[in-house]
Amino acid sequence: MEARSQSFLGGILSFVGRVLLAVSIPLISFYVLYLGFLFLRDSKAPREVIVLVAIIWGVGGVGLLYSVFNWFVEKLPDPWKGRLLPFVFVGPAIAILSWYLAIPTLRTFYISLFGRDGPPAGLNFFQQISSDSFVGLSNYLSVFTEDLMLEAFRNNLMWIIFGSTFSVVFGLLIAVLADRSSFEKLAKSLIFLPMAISFVGASIIWNFIYEYRPEGQTQIGLLNSIITGFGGTPRAWPQWVDIAPWNNLFLIVIVVWLQAGFAMVLFSAALKGIPEELMEAGRIDGASEFQVFFGIMLPYIRGTLISVWTTIVIFTLKIFDVVWVMTGGQFGTHVIATQFYRQSFTNRNSGFGSAIAIVLLIAVIPVMIYNLKQFREQEAF
Amino acid sequence: MKGQKKQKQLGKFLVNLTLLILVLIWTLPTVGIFVSSFRNRLKIDTTGWWMIFPHREWQPVSELDPKALGLDPNGVMEVEGVSGTFDEFRAGVETSNGKRITWIGNKRIGKIEVQEQVWTVDWDFSLDNYKQVLGGQDFTFKRPDGTVEVVPGDNMVNAFLNSLAVAIPSTVIPILIAAFGAYAFAWMKFPGRRAMFIMVVALLVVPLQIALVPILRDYKALNLNGTFLAIWLAHTGFGLALATYLLYNYISGLPRDILESAFIDGASHFTVFTTLVLPLSVPALASFAIFQFLWVWNDYLVALIFLGGNPEFELVTQRMAAIVGARGQDWHLLTAGAFVSMLLPLIVFFSLQRFFVRGLLAGSVKG
Repeated sequence: MEARSQSFLGGILSFVGRVLLAVSIPLISFYVLYLGFLFLRDSKAPREVIVLVAIIWGVGGVGLLYSVFNWFVEKLPDPWKGRLLPFVFVGPAIAILSWYLAIPTLRTFYISLFGRDGPPAGLNFFQQISSDSFVGLSNYLSVFTEDLMLEAFRNNLMWIIFGSTFSVVFGLLIAVLADRSSFEKLAKSLIFLPMAISFVGASIIWNFIYEYRPEGQTQIGLLNSIITGFGGTPRAWPQWVDIAPWNNLFLIVIVVWLQAGFAMVLFSAALKGIPEELMEAGRIDGASEFQVFFGIMLPYIRGTLISVWTTIVIFTLKIFDVVWVMTGGQFGTHVIATQFYRQSFTNRNSGFGSAIAIVLLIAVIPVMIYNLKQFREQEAF
Repeated sequence: MKGQKKQKQLGKFLVNLTLLILVLIWTLPTVGIFVSSFRNRLKIDTTGWWMIFPHREWQPVSELDPKALGLDPNGVMEVEGVSGTFDEFRAGVETSNGKRITWIGNKRIGKIEVQEQVWTVDWDFSLDNYKQVLGGQDFTFKRPDGTVEVVPGDNMVNAFLNSLAVAIPSTVIPILIAAFGAYAFAWMKFPGRRAMFIMVVALLVVPLQIALVPILRDYKALNLNGTFLAIWLAHTGFGLALATYLLYNYISGLPRDILESAFIDGASHFTVFTTLVLPLSVPALASFAIFQFLWVWNDYLVALIFLGGNPEFELVTQRMAAIVGARGQDWHLLTAGAFVSMLLPLIVFFSLQRFFVRGLLAGSVKG
């Protein structure tokens, strides 16, 4: 009797202890993480210390959270364990994706139906849509009629057409040449290198090429130096508004320079996958190198061609940094993403800005679906 | 047969030549910045960077005093057998024996130089530009004519550290979260699995511009704006769909029997994940990590919006864009700064090129 009640009491104590532990360990870890957050936000410690703490806190914190949640769930009785554990694993991913992408898509669409300041705060849904700031689809009407927006659409079209075409053509040309050259590895590394450079960095590099000095002075920019060397007139090329929209080409060149390496790598891998016998057979039949290229190689890598093309099209649809740093959208170089930024954050017209974002989404969707299909068919990894 | 061989050799030569020209065109822009970053500030501003290559330049061989020669700058003068007005001599008059007579300075106290064309290289290299862009203090310059000029430096070290503090967690966090998610999608059974996976794939199409306005509102409400946590979570959110999708492709393809035998031995999902799946997935994790790291390090838009207001948290790309905007003519800062900003990506790129190419082929490029 005595022993039984003792073990009963012990059972309760250990149960209470386990519950307390199970609750307090997550609470303590949350508290520690919160202290870390406050330290990072408010501390006046030297930058090196803050940076080190930030890295440890950020990376370690995520690991800690997963371990603690897993430990917590492992303590639960069996059916619950099996039911909850998958959500410990997949939950954070789904929660973050919902917060950062899924719900914002709906919210941005909702905001786009309102005027400058978006839906008025403090009202419920029905009050909001019957308030004065509800404008329906009129933001979309402005998106497709405002002059600067039409200019942005025209420029984006140029970006898509010239950016993707030149990237693909140069990427393919270099891949084919490198395959037959004596310095394939080196050539590919060097062509590929710009991919590691930021848009801001690339903009500086190309600003230096386009650097303009008035006629008569020594040109320190490569392009103007060559042009004056041949007796031409030096100009600030990307800013040369007289030839708009063609001055956009001076910006598009930058993206071709960055993206040709990407295209080259994919084409190079695809070309190496073409069976040698196939091309030999063509050559024996008397086909010239050009016929082999257009008749055998191109059809063989068609899938890669489409996925590279669509990837760069999506890329150019969303182009922002290059334009923003090079010209800020002036001189007739605005694109959709710079207009989005200008409307949302400079003009603080969130209704209009959101409408632009939705239009961008709708433009991206069909290309992206096509792109994903292609990548799936090619069996990645 | 012999003709065919010759033709083949010619073909190979043409291929190599064309490729060489293309490679030169592709590398020249970077080389120009790189070379300039080591050149003297005034030199960058007055001569092209290609002056580092051997070229012919006029250099003085002797000096003449116009007063001693009794020349009148207001009329036509004759020096060393050539004649011209003051303005003509200012621009330089060439003699028949390949020399050039140039008037230096103004009419009253000028001098005359006899110059000859000589082969020369302009190799005045130093690390001064880097010291300036990193150091943060003002620098005094002595111009050739003796005047002193004070030029403010730039504090890129701070920006560099901030970029590190943003880029490393913004790479590790999404990969960890994505790997857990991908494992669950591949190896666990739970209600809503299919729907959730479809959501992940569907979100691949959403451009991040969509999320900026709503997320900025959330951050303002939560008082998160301008903190590291804010930008880590943002980069995590924007990279997670692609990371989960790619890692799922890899993790679901891991050999079934290895994992099953671990489960039979009584290992929990957590143990299997940390001790088996993560180590086995290193190639895929590394490929995606490189892309995410480069993407975050090179990102400008996300940082501009979520860290924009706080100069203390300025990143390398923001710093560079600010220099372009405010001091776009300070090429000595821009060239050196551009290289500082490219340093880490280039190291990552060259040391991990194998994974980089692998990742590209797997579709790691954010559209």
